[in-house]
Amino acid sequence: MEKKEWPLWEVFIRSRNGLDHKHCGSVHAPDARIALQVARDVYTRRMEGVSIWVVQADHIVASDPDAKPELFDPAEDKIYRHPTFYKLPDEVNHM
Amino acid sequence: MATNQEHTEYVLRIGDNALILGQRLSEWCGHAPVLEEDMALANMALDLIGQARMLLTRAGALEGEGRDEDRLAFLRTEGHYRNLTLCELPNHDFARTKVRNYLFSTFQVLLLSRLVGSTDAELAAIAGKSLKEARYHQQHSGDWVIRLGDGTEESHRRTQEALDYLWPYTAEFFAPAPGEDAIAAAGIGPAWHELEQSWEAQVHPLMVEATLTVPPRTPFKSYGKFGRHSEHMGHLLATMQYMQRTYPDTQW
Amino acid sequence: MYTQALDIAPKDPDDRASREAENPAYVDEFNARIDAGGFIEPKDWMPEAYRKTLVRQISQHAHSEIVGMLPEGNWITRAPTLKRKAILLAKVQDEGGHGLYLYAACETLGVSRDDLTEALLSGRAKYSSIFNYPTLNWADIGVIGWLVDGAAIMNQIPLCKCSYGPYARAMVRICKEESFHQRQGYDALLQMMKGTKEQREMVQDAVNRWWWPSIMMFGPHDKDSVHVDSMRWGIKRISNDDLRQKFVDATVKQAEVLGVTLPDPALKWNEARGHYDFGAIDWDEFWSVVKGNGQCNVDRLAARRKAWEDGAWVREAAMAFSAKQAARKLAA
Repeated sequence: MEKKEWPLWEVFIRSRNGLDHKHCGSVHAPDARIALQVARDVYTRRMEGVSIWVVQADHIVASDPDAKPELFDPAEDKIYRHPTFYKLPDEVNHM
Repeated sequence: MATNQEHTEYVLRIGDNALILGQRLSEWCGHAPVLEEDMALANMALDLIGQARMLLTRAGALEGEGRDEDRLAFLRTEGHYRNLTLCELPNHDFARTKVRNYLFSTFQVLLLSRLVGSTDAELAAIAGKSLKEARYHQQHSGDWVIRLGDGTEESHRRTQEALDYLWPYTAEFFAPAPGEDAIAAAGIGPAWHELEQSWEAQVHPLMVEATLTVPPRTPFKSYGKFGRHSEHMGHLLATMQYMQRTYPDTQW
Repeated sequence: MYTQALDIAPKDPDDRASREAENPAYVDEFNARIDAGGFIEPKDWMPEAYRKTLVRQISQHAHSEIVGMLPEGNWITRAPTLKRKAILLAKVQDEGGHGLYLYAACETLGVSRDDLTEALLSGRAKYSSIFNYPTLNWADIGVIGWLVDGAAIMNQIPLCKCSYGPYARAMVRICKEESFHQRQGYDALLQMMKGTKEQREMVQDAVNRWWWPSIMMFGPHDKDSVHVDSMRWGIKRISNDDLRQKFVDATVKQAEVLGVTLPDPALKWNEARGHYDFGAIDWDEFWSVVKGNGQCNVDRLAARRKAWEDGAWVREAAMAFSAKQAARKLAA
């Protein structure tokens, strides 16, 4: 028999309205419809969610960890983007 | 006017279906084709056991003889169980399990949808909760029947065999039961034959989509809901009742 | 959920050589991150030996969850009340979920679940040998919750902080779910101890059989352990003997409250150490069971193999349907 594994799906759950979907794990499923159902069966047994996204794992494009320096280091010295960069008088500092 | 006994029996029929099918589905735990299905089947078994607990508690209260969910679940003799024969049949394989779940949950959705408006407020509340569960069972098992029926040659063969085997038992769903008309008249719940048309109307198109052939009706009859069960029932009960029978009047 | 701090895989002679051949700058960065208590994520560079150790440990852990469904599953259809049946089914289902999370964590290291399953079914991969003991009476279910899950939790809590991100995150989820497992077991035993003489005898019988296997779950003594790399890499954070001592210390009081006797005449409070002393562990039995001579080794694997083989046509059918669907979509 041909050995063929069910594709892997990444599961994202919104735990309650007002919050983002958050990655919580993965499941194997033959297609999207079953993937949603098993994601529900596996990851919301304790009322963890109100909405589920599933994405076939090999459809996710990820940044290269070796590219970390060029991708993320340049943000390091832009400290003027942060509110704490600006020292204001105490009376108005809650601005 | 429905008698108390008729009312009790009516609730028992619904509760015993959940109890016995829940027991059967729990046998899958640890043995499913993939881990994901282990989770799904266990969820369904848990839903059904939960439904059985509520319904048997309600039946016990109606009966008024102090029997709680466990006395009813574990300490009746075979002839006093009121479940459909279909629910007690062995799991056999994944195809039979899924086809049975689909045939049964489709029936259950129709029944519970009506019970939501029951004049028995407790039964209505239980139905409201159970209906959501049954809808999910119907969706999940229906999706699987389509995949298995229209999958490979082997899966098609197995699924057709499952349907051929189970189909005759579905006639029992709609066979008239004593007291049902009184129950319906009292607004407690429908006589089950009222559900037949809607059930057929849902089941047939799905089987077509699954490339399966619904067999013709035959004179075969089963009588589980009247207390005359298949040979499988005694074995199921021997296992399920083991602890309660071995250690009478013991708290767990 | 069960882990066993057991690492019996032979040292790979290539490990050191391959490690040295690896880019020293990467090695330095990796080590620095570990030393700073940081996390390693799936696509990050990691030494091959680190990866292999993780695959072995996480997959052993996953296999243990899956095989662990069997001894308890043995009682689902016979649970004495509907409440206990639901609790047990939910618990065994959780074990399946935990196995699933762990296989997924392992898959981030570049092995497929099918490969891992194959390793288990062929007998190449190990799982916690506690599951090669039989569950003989209903009290076994309570005692497994209390002692076996209790020991497992001791092992697992430190893993929530292990250096590999996906493993640590899986463990956080598992530990959160696990918290009811030990309590439900103890609760079932409390009820039985309040009951009949027969019930109390069942509990004591179960404790007698499960006590020693439970404390063996922490694995060989530190002096005999091969966990040096595991410790250095922040995969394992507390030693076998320390965890075992912590477990014994916590359990003695629980046994007293329950009213059962732990089957070890040498078990005694040691004022000077501030810990309980306990008797010598029968390591011959331990290794014998690990090597396949436990009462249930053969049956457990046979059950897993049967489930897998019986399910092959289902897995295949679902893929075939999916392919047909895709083709239909294309044609439409």
